[in-house]
Amino acid sequence: MAEDLDTFRAETRTWLEENCPPEMRTPPKSEKDATWGGRNPEYQHPDQKLWLDRMAARGWTVPDWPKAYGGGGLSPAETKILREELKRIKARNPLNSFGISMLGPALLKYGTEEQKLEHLPKIARGEIRWCQGYSEPNAGSDLAGLQTSAEDKGDHFLVNGQKVWTSYADKADWIFCLVRSDKTVKQAGISFLLFDMASPGVSTKPILLISGNSPFCETFFDNVEVPKGNLLGTLNRGWDVAKYLLGHEREMISGFGLGGAGKDPLVEAARAGVDPILRAQIALFQVRAKAFAAMSEKFIDELKAGQAHPAQPSMMKYYGTELNKTRHELQMAAGGSDALEWDSEASHEGAAARGWLRTKANSIEGGTSEIQLNIIAKRILDLPS
Amino acid sequence: MPLYLNDDQTMLRDTAKDFVASEAPVAHMRALRDADDATGFSRPLWKQFAEMGFTGILIPEGEGGLGLGHVEAGILLEEIGRNLTPSPFLATAVAAVEALKGTAAAAIWYPSILSGETVAALAIDEGAKHNGKIAMQAQRSGNGFRLTGAKQFVTHGHVADLLLVAAKTENGTTLFAVPSDASGLSATPERLADSGIAARLQFDGVEVDADAVIGEVDQGDGPLARLLAAGRTGASAEMVGVGGGAMDMTVAYLRERKQFGVAIGSFQALQHRAAHLYSEMEVARAAVLKAQQLLDAGQDATEAVAVAKAMTGLATTLAVQEGVQMHGGIGMTDEYDIGFFMKRARVLAEMFGDSNFHANALAEAAGY
Ligand SMILES: Cc1cc2nc3c(=O)[nH]c(=O)nc-3n(C[C@H](O)[C@H](O)[C@H](O)COP(=O)(O)OP(=O)(O)OC[C@H]3O[C@@H](n4cnc5c(N)ncnc54)[C@H](O)[C@@H]3O)c2cc1C
Repeated sequence: MAEDLDTFRAETRTWLEENCPPEMRTPPKSEKDATWGGRNPEYQHPDQKLWLDRMAARGWTVPDWPKAYGGGGLSPAETKILREELKRIKARNPLNSFGISMLGPALLKYGTEEQKLEHLPKIARGEIRWCQGYSEPNAGSDLAGLQTSAEDKGDHFLVNGQKVWTSYADKADWIFCLVRSDKTVKQAGISFLLFDMASPGVSTKPILLISGNSPFCETFFDNVEVPKGNLLGTLNRGWDVAKYLLGHEREMISGFGLGGAGKDPLVEAARAGVDPILRAQIALFQVRAKAFAAMSEKFIDELKAGQAHPAQPSMMKYYGTELNKTRHELQMAAGGSDALEWDSEASHEGAAARGWLRTKANSIEGGTSEIQLNIIAKRILDLPS
Repeated sequence: MPLYLNDDQTMLRDTAKDFVASEAPVAHMRALRDADDATGFSRPLWKQFAEMGFTGILIPEGEGGLGLGHVEAGILLEEIGRNLTPSPFLATAVAAVEALKGTAAAAIWYPSILSGETVAALAIDEGAKHNGKIAMQAQRSGNGFRLTGAKQFVTHGHVADLLLVAAKTENGTTLFAVPSDASGLSATPERLADSGIAARLQFDGVEVDADAVIGEVDQGDGPLARLLAAGRTGASAEMVGVGGGAMDMTVAYLRERKQFGVAIGSFQALQHRAAHLYSEMEVARAAVLKAQQLLDAGQDATEAVAVAKAMTGLATTLAVQEGVQMHGGIGMTDEYDIGFFMKRARVLAEMFGDSNFHANALAEAAGY
């Protein structure tokens, strides 16, 4: 067994050496450098496509999914090795995708065989880009108060209403969406629908953020017809699917604090010289960041072994996002006036400042820090209501 | 290796939990303190540790021990921490055993450590802050050495049978195994804030034989590094126990204490602080396990050990502070146990270098 794993590591290392293009072993310069795939993919560099195609061909965009659904069919131990080897060569993520990190696990658990075969391989290859239609103007933290309605019309649902904060809705091909299918009850009247954003009646309007970017939209549904076969899970039991998916979303967001591939800009800045007070703050931050990296490894290992507490993603999300905000505050402090440049070429269009502002959403999106703390207090520490 | 306890380790944890909680709960430590006990721990309890095989937890099987690793030693230390058990376990069975490992001195000392007759103490620090600086001199004399200088913060140093002493020799550092009855050695026991006892040691030309050298002359950095890595990781595990114990007590108190007609644990301001504390403790626990596994795998654990010691210092300090605050007035009373956790955490945080020391070490290693 251990020998098999050694062989697997050696083969993986060789394959990555030969197949990961050099450009994909450098840190992304800005948010735009990420690969999202979709029907109309945008690439800043041809190697992005090459890297995605090669990884997808092996099923390694989703290494632990079954091969039948476009995955790599790897065991947890092999998946861990692959992750380590990717990190070793500082490889970029071949594909950023809400399909992989959020919808995929929900489809694997709740989807019919037909739905799995239809959607999972396209997610794995980055052919369809998904967005998440959860939040509404009056249903944020109190998500179960959502009002977007789905009326049963025999062979289809008729969807009407409005979503807000839908990340990349204007670029997405499909949406996974929470709708109200029974108005008389709260949680137990919600269903989970999948539909094409090109369906008649769907429109989006971008929202400009403080970072100057607008990857978020208001999304409107005006008599959108959704075939019945697009219901994921049981009618009126969509809340179960939603909660399951949120666990995965929180797990994904928690990873933001880890600093990603490549050189650590904070350490680089500190090496270039900072005052002793900032140096101490950076060093103490590094203690937490490195300890949290161990926590992430432990959490993933426990998750794969079915040992993690079901509410533990809340702790990961809370800690990881607060940590990431701190990281960017320190980076801004270390960068000084250079880090304030908003659109100069040297600053990669203000990557530092825009990135710093973007992180402020980490503790809001996917459920706020306060909501995570509520969940930890009630479900893990068993504190009374 | 997955980063959680395997089945054998989980079984050991259950055994350790029962054993420490029944033989040496917090009341055991309180009783020693109330009796103004001059030893600082219980010799009979130490014998029981030996009978359970725990004193040989890190001693190789070929030499009569259990041949287990830092993860297993940490499991025991966590329970020692949770119960605030005064014990020479960390210094003797973990740090000293690791320092002796693979040296000729092991054959001399392992048997009596295994049987519970030998208690070891670590004479490493020379000032209020653990800073790695060694002023103590060891000069060649006859077939051995003469040791001159002073050490402090030597836990149980006044009653230990064996002292591990770092000193400067001609071309480097040497680590010595010094029997406590060596002449010229005097120990002044001082009671610490946590009611444990640490000694100030004075070495006035203490004569030791050549076989007191652990490993090779001038080559003490190796055994010293093993001692420190084991000690730091072990102290971190003990701190996870102290912090976890304080947190558990506090969360239980939040559930039962009523004010304004409801349990205080229903107040969101307290819930959020408790949940934050839980998060810090979980992260600290993971950092400790990472360091232990790397040590056991024989991989470079320098960074992981520093992270573990620094992180457990931060998290446990928070745990005991929140513990006292959330207990309200009762938390300030001697009668209630929570204050003991605060005192023990402070001592462990200082031992082998505090959070600032290790954060600074990380910064230096990263080149800033
Ligand atoms: C950048 C970004 C991307 C997003 N992407 C998406 C997406 O793709 N799809 C999607 O559906 N949604 C998305 N969201 C929406 C996000 O999930 C919500 O913003 C979030 O759940 C908070 O809801 P709200 O904004 O309505 O704030 P509110 O719920 O109004 O909260 C306001 C404040 O009150 C606090 N609060 C509320 N209730 C409680 C309570 N019970 N206890 C203590 N404090 C409380 C909150 O923590 C917060 O501080 C995104 C948001 C952002 C900022």
